Amino acid sequence: MSTRSIVPFGPQHPVLPEPIHLDLVLEDEKVVEAVPSIGFVHRGLEKLVEKRDFNDYVYIAERICGICSFMHGMGYCEAAEHIMNVEVPERAKYLRTIWCEMSRIHSHLLWLGLLADAFGFESLFMQSWRLREKILDMFEYSTGGRVIFSVNKIGGQRRDMPDDMIRDFLSIFDGMEQELKTMAATFLEDYAVNTRLRGVGFLTEQQAHDLGAVGPFMRASGIALDTRKKGYAAYPNIEFEPITSTVGDCYARTDVRIHEIFQSIDIIRQAAAKIPQGEVAVPVKGFPNGEYMMRVEQPRGEAVYYLKANGTRFLDRVRVRTPTFANLPGMLETLKGCQLADVPILILTIDPCISCTER
Amino acid sequence: MNVFSFSKTTLKNLFSAPATRPYPQQPRQYPERTRGHVEIDIEHCVFCGLCSRKCPADAIRVDRAAGTWSIERFGCIQCSYCVDSCPKKCLSMKQTYTAPAPEKSVDTYQKKPAAPAKEPEAAPKGENEHA
Amino acid sequence: MKDGQILSIGPGDLVPNALQIKHDGYRLVQICATRTKTGYDLIYSFAKEYTLVHFRLDIPENMEIMSISNIFEPAFLYENEIVDLFGVKINLISIDYKGQLYRIQKKTPFK
Repeated sequence: MSTRSIVPFGPQHPVLPEPIHLDLVLEDEKVVEAVPSIGFVHRGLEKLVEKRDFNDYVYIAERICGICSFMHGMGYCEAAEHIMNVEVPERAKYLRTIWCEMSRIHSHLLWLGLLADAFGFESLFMQSWRLREKILDMFEYSTGGRVIFSVNKIGGQRRDMPDDMIRDFLSIFDGMEQELKTMAATFLEDYAVNTRLRGVGFLTEQQAHDLGAVGPFMRASGIALDTRKKGYAAYPNIEFEPITSTVGDCYARTDVRIHEIFQSIDIIRQAAAKIPQGEVAVPVKGFPNGEYMMRVEQPRGEAVYYLKANGTRFLDRVRVRTPTFANLPGMLETLKGCQLADVPILILTIDPCISCTER
Repeated sequence: MNVFSFSKTTLKNLFSAPATRPYPQQPRQYPERTRGHVEIDIEHCVFCGLCSRKCPADAIRVDRAAGTWSIERFGCIQCSYCVDSCPKKCLSMKQTYTAPAPEKSVDTYQKKPAAPAKEPEAAPKGENEHA
Repeated sequence: MKDGQILSIGPGDLVPNALQIKHDGYRLVQICATRTKTGYDLIYSFAKEYTLVHFRLDIPENMEIMSISNIFEPAFLYENEIVDLFGVKINLISIDYKGQLYRIQKKTPFK
């Protein structure tokens, strides 16, 4: 039997954009076990709800994470709207759908760039982020912010998108789709990329189910679940099917995410074709009383918002179960038995978002 | 699987214009909706204090007795909630961002009862532009 | 059970109910603690495809409850989080961090 050694990984590591710490138990070069510890960026945002008006908390909910900020704000608002029985105008629902899908494209492109950087393909990383920049510009044109949009409020949206703006965006997406196809060919067919991704970090369908994996990480293992199918915002009126792969390795996760970008562009086209005219917000009066569990499909997977209100300005509890938190047990499972050199790629393929995890 | 799948993009990049902008020479054109910083038309302010109560970051202070309205420029999160809730519509969102500075500063605006001219008076470290 | 149903159970029924729901093919979605006036309100959520069901556990401040991390493996993270941030006493967690999951300067739990 070879000797075991423990290698600390993180919280500062070139491949990690955010701090997480793993203790890797190694046998020679092989990882036997990994034990995570978190909390380096814990900000107590859930606790803050006890001291903030429930309307103001939207802006705090958005700041849980910088990548899915729109969906965090929206998830919180939809949960509060359910408690208060507020019916959001149709146009606002479609706007939410469009911005959600733009967030998804932006998040997946960011992830593709980080992945390319992790296996040392710097120019591919630049290409992904060049495309992502177009999305950020579109966000700034439509909402006024590049990362934090502040367009959600309980009862609807704070801003509308004029029809010609939506048309302009669609033509930008047409051009982007072509560039994406070229880039996707490199990710999915290039020899060097394939050797790094194929056959690494398997997660079986049964493991993905038992370990509570969510999002593209789960769908790459063959479980066709997508919370968007549950129907929030305008998704009940949109036709799409969850994208899955049956392989369950790092390549499959890349494949699923790349196809989700194309699917998101398609969803935006559908939403733009169906968006009705009208108001974007309804006035909300009174204070919430009750509780609700809201499920939202974020780029990284399903997020669960739990709101408990007591009929005053201040909520009793907001709990956000973020996708990365749910994916951690699955990630630890894939790490078992892998080579030390593959650890950065394995951690990246769950698309970890540590600020989400720790809130 | 193929080997030189990226070479087409590489060649294209070699002969096309850069994707970036020479920043200090060519300043950025902000879109109309950009939320950069909050500006106040102090002469129309009635010091109701609604903006400071609504502010999620507690960046705004309103002193009715002294007739001042002050904002922590680096505490402001540019959510524009104060602009939306101002009853007199004297707050507005401007496109330029607050310039980076070595220290945090508070910008104070004083309403003059007689003279209508606006007189910005930056508190601890004066040189923070807000135009 | 129907989607969104919340079933109130006693602390002793947690493990048998968890075993039953595991046998029915559900998986753990989240565990959430809320501080109440007299103790804690714990919500265990389980999902099977798009159906989400919950168990609710109202416990007094000093009651010790059993872990379900040996039934649902991912539960150890949620339970450690609750132990760390809320101070609920949970016994027999498969990987017990003893209130050290969150590496923060401030002393936890936050009361």
